[in-house]
Amino acid sequence: MNKKYEVVIGLEVHAELNTKTKIFCSCENRFGAGVNSLCCPVCMGLPGTLPTLNEKVVESAIRMGQALGCTINGTTKQDRKNYFYPDLPKAYQISQFDVPLCANGKLDVLVGDEVKTVGITRIHIEEDAGKLIHDDTMADTLCDYNRCGVPLIEIVSEPDLRSADEAKAYLETITTILLYLGISDAKMQEGNVRCDVNVSLRPVGASEFGTRCEMKNVNSFGAVYRAIVYEAERQAKILDEGGVIEQQTRRWDDAKGVSVLMRTKEDAQDYRYFPDPDLLTFVVSDERIAQLAAQCPELPTAKTLRYMKDYGLNRDDASLLSLNKVRADFFDTCVKLGRCEPKFISNWLIGDVARILNEKRCEVCDTALTPEHLVEMIELIQKGTISNTAAKTVVEEILNRDVSPAQVVQEKGLAQINDSSALEAVVEKVLAENAKAVADYKNGKTNVLGFLLGQCMRASKGQANPGTLKELLAKQMETL
Amino acid sequence: MKELYRLSAAELSQLLRSKQVSAREIAQASLDRIAAVEPAVDALLDVTGEQALAAADQVDKALAAGEEVGALAGIPLIVKDNICTKHVKTTCASRMLENFVPPYNATVMEKLEKAGAVMVGKANMDEFAMGGSCENSYFKPTKNPWDTTRVPGGSSGGSAAAVAACEAPLALGSDTGGSVRCPASFCGIVGLKPTYGAVSRYGLVAFASSLDQIGPFGRTVEDVELLFSAICGQDMRDATSKPYAYQAKSASVKGLKIGLPKEYYGPGITAEVKEKVLAAVKTLQQQGAEVVEISLPSTDYALAAYYIISSAEASSNLARYDGVKYGYSGRRDGSLEDLYLSTRSEGFGDEVKRRIMLGTYVLSSGYYDAYYKRAKLLQKMIGQEFAKAFTQCDIIATPVNPTTAFRLGERCNDPLQMYASDVCTVTVNIAGLPGLSVPCGMDSAGLPVGLQLIGTKFSENTLLAAGKVYQTACGGFAVKEM
Repeated sequence: MNKKYEVVIGLEVHAELNTKTKIFCSCENRFGAGVNSLCCPVCMGLPGTLPTLNEKVVESAIRMGQALGCTINGTTKQDRKNYFYPDLPKAYQISQFDVPLCANGKLDVLVGDEVKTVGITRIHIEEDAGKLIHDDTMADTLCDYNRCGVPLIEIVSEPDLRSADEAKAYLETITTILLYLGISDAKMQEGNVRCDVNVSLRPVGASEFGTRCEMKNVNSFGAVYRAIVYEAERQAKILDEGGVIEQQTRRWDDAKGVSVLMRTKEDAQDYRYFPDPDLLTFVVSDERIAQLAAQCPELPTAKTLRYMKDYGLNRDDASLLSLNKVRADFFDTCVKLGRCEPKFISNWLIGDVARILNEKRCEVCDTALTPEHLVEMIELIQKGTISNTAAKTVVEEILNRDVSPAQVVQEKGLAQINDSSALEAVVEKVLAENAKAVADYKNGKTNVLGFLLGQCMRASKGQANPGTLKELLAKQMETL
Repeated sequence: MKELYRLSAAELSQLLRSKQVSAREIAQASLDRIAAVEPAVDALLDVTGEQALAAADQVDKALAAGEEVGALAGIPLIVKDNICTKHVKTTCASRMLENFVPPYNATVMEKLEKAGAVMVGKANMDEFAMGGSCENSYFKPTKNPWDTTRVPGGSSGGSAAAVAACEAPLALGSDTGGSVRCPASFCGIVGLKPTYGAVSRYGLVAFASSLDQIGPFGRTVEDVELLFSAICGQDMRDATSKPYAYQAKSASVKGLKIGLPKEYYGPGITAEVKEKVLAAVKTLQQQGAEVVEISLPSTDYALAAYYIISSAEASSNLARYDGVKYGYSGRRDGSLEDLYLSTRSEGFGDEVKRRIMLGTYVLSSGYYDAYYKRAKLLQKMIGQEFAKAFTQCDIIATPVNPTTAFRLGERCNDPLQMYASDVCTVTVNIAGLPGLSVPCGMDSAGLPVGLQLIGTKFSENTLLAAGKVYQTACGGFAVKEM
């Protein structure tokens, strides 16, 4: 990217909420059902039908607002955004115009080792539209109205982001928070989270913003990154050639890696917003707002920073843990037991536990593993009762069934052999069986020591205390 | 005994319950009457004879089995064609919805079905309830039973004419700026525009959501009360409906203070209308009411505010008719824009298009503040003026219309003159108040004049009580022989 310009980025994130029912009717809010199987006269906008607000939607949006430090408007006003499109049955979307539910917040995002604070302009609630299916065999366009009336929150950031990396980290943090709050499934691949990206350039050091272009249809973390890089380069080229940027709305084509012009400012639609007369203002009491605020968990960035500062975890480990709320909660519970170093717990969670969970395609809460058992296992390692190798077997077992690590050790005979006399016998036997290696050692090839140690460990079926074993072996070799 | 079709709902109910007549006989009498007078009146778009007889038989069966039946059991009912009736076409008298069959019932229809009412037909109206003469129907104009060369008023002209012509004792209309009260007055029957929020709008095809209310028609005040008490009450499907249950008051006006707002008796009102309305007020005074003069100074601006707010909402409410999912569909072989253009150009009539354009204009960016926002401010002021007036009086009496029924075609080419006839009724919608239209005599041409009684929110019982007193005092309302 051209060093002459600074990139200025703002994101509009649309997140589908996971309420049981839709925003204005009692249809089920679910992804993946048969075409047009989750709709009713209300979400189909049939003549004479009326919307009634699902209060859960308001609560979810308020919780997001609280997580992002917004001012909450207890009085919800809804407006109609009028435009024609076949996926919009009423030809207006019920949204919020001048009085959003939440405004003026901020979000701390970890970008590399830096904490970046991004301003949140507003969060409002609205209904999703249906889906158009372009059918080639029929040379026609078909409508699926299942998504009509699925509740959305739109989170609008200030133009505070300055690189594709920052934008990607911001979006990742937003989706993690949605999951932390449990208000959205936040699956980008299912379209739960969709993103519009505003990009402009200005000469480095300038204080005024350049003309921005908005890119629609940016629907994955990678796409956000690629779209911004592409758009910044496109604009830089125009500026370098002495051109001016025209305010445009563009569609991002991630497959082709290009953005395509949709409309210019001149064609901008007039949405004729006005208050929806079918929905009276809905008031959430201060008391309820306070109750919701009390439910706000520690957020991922704060968690990452705390893990680094209080537990000495490195940044990668800390953010890996905090990006997954279930594992972060598990980790916190383990640490609270106060029986072993957080660092060891983190190593096991990020290492073997994560590997097994990935293989099983499940989450730690779906297994038999308890914080007590994991901590107990780590204690067994520290006390020298089991080796790290044996612990790998133990962890498999305590994930599979509700059994204490001590019991696994006993059942499977995994206890470490610390007794010198028993280990001496092992060493003697291995040395007798490996006369050639012993001879090599005598001839100065001291690196065979590692090989011999491995053979001894194998002979002990992995149960030998490695420290003791090493000492004994060294002693024996010297006496040879 | 009078012919069955001449009887009121209350009288029919009494005969039915005392087993002097069956529900089937009542329904058949209504259907026969419809067959006899429809050619002259053209009040209906659809006669639902088969369903009516089946529903009547259900009532007879229940009565024979000694079961409880609803308050309106066996009573024939006509429903304005903008109220959704499950499996029965609901056209809004528009080409756009010529073949639209709702898959669901409006809340009022559910309630009336439960109450045992027997729907005999769907009534003609001005297209999408926009108009004051019933001439804006895509299908046909309805005629006034008192003089079939004249309009029945609108937009619920079909409902009012049908009741006036004794096709049924009861009908439902809807009132956004006077659409129940105006035709009630032109046709010499009783009509009530309920308090905004008293009756669920769920299933009423929206014209202007913040002003629309479904209202009852009858030839007597008691019948209107009967129908109103059956349809009112909060509905969880309508967020603007309010918890409310009707409680009748004794028919007395002793000590009731009636306000006469001077702005409603100005030069725009014909002398004969003014005279009849003041005579009716005098009658109420003789029955013990007091009369005070009041002022509602913003009345002059109400018409402008009304046409801005109602058209703005209509432009949005009617945007859904795009030819994609139901209703009239234009050119499907061109672009999406071709489909929209042809559907809406061909599917809507002139008056509807006029209001959509007006509404789109007043909501456009750059004009919103000058029109819509100011109209909403006026709405607030008008509401406050009424509130102030009601500290001086209990109810307000005005004419319903400045004139009696005009001739068919007379005002078709002059929308402004047509709009001006709503001057006495729109304020009531703007302020969300209840308004009752009661016949108060005939002009020299033999056409009915209407008295409008306006009350505070949810004071329907006070208005209906006053209506009953007047009805008794004037010896009952005339019924047109046909």
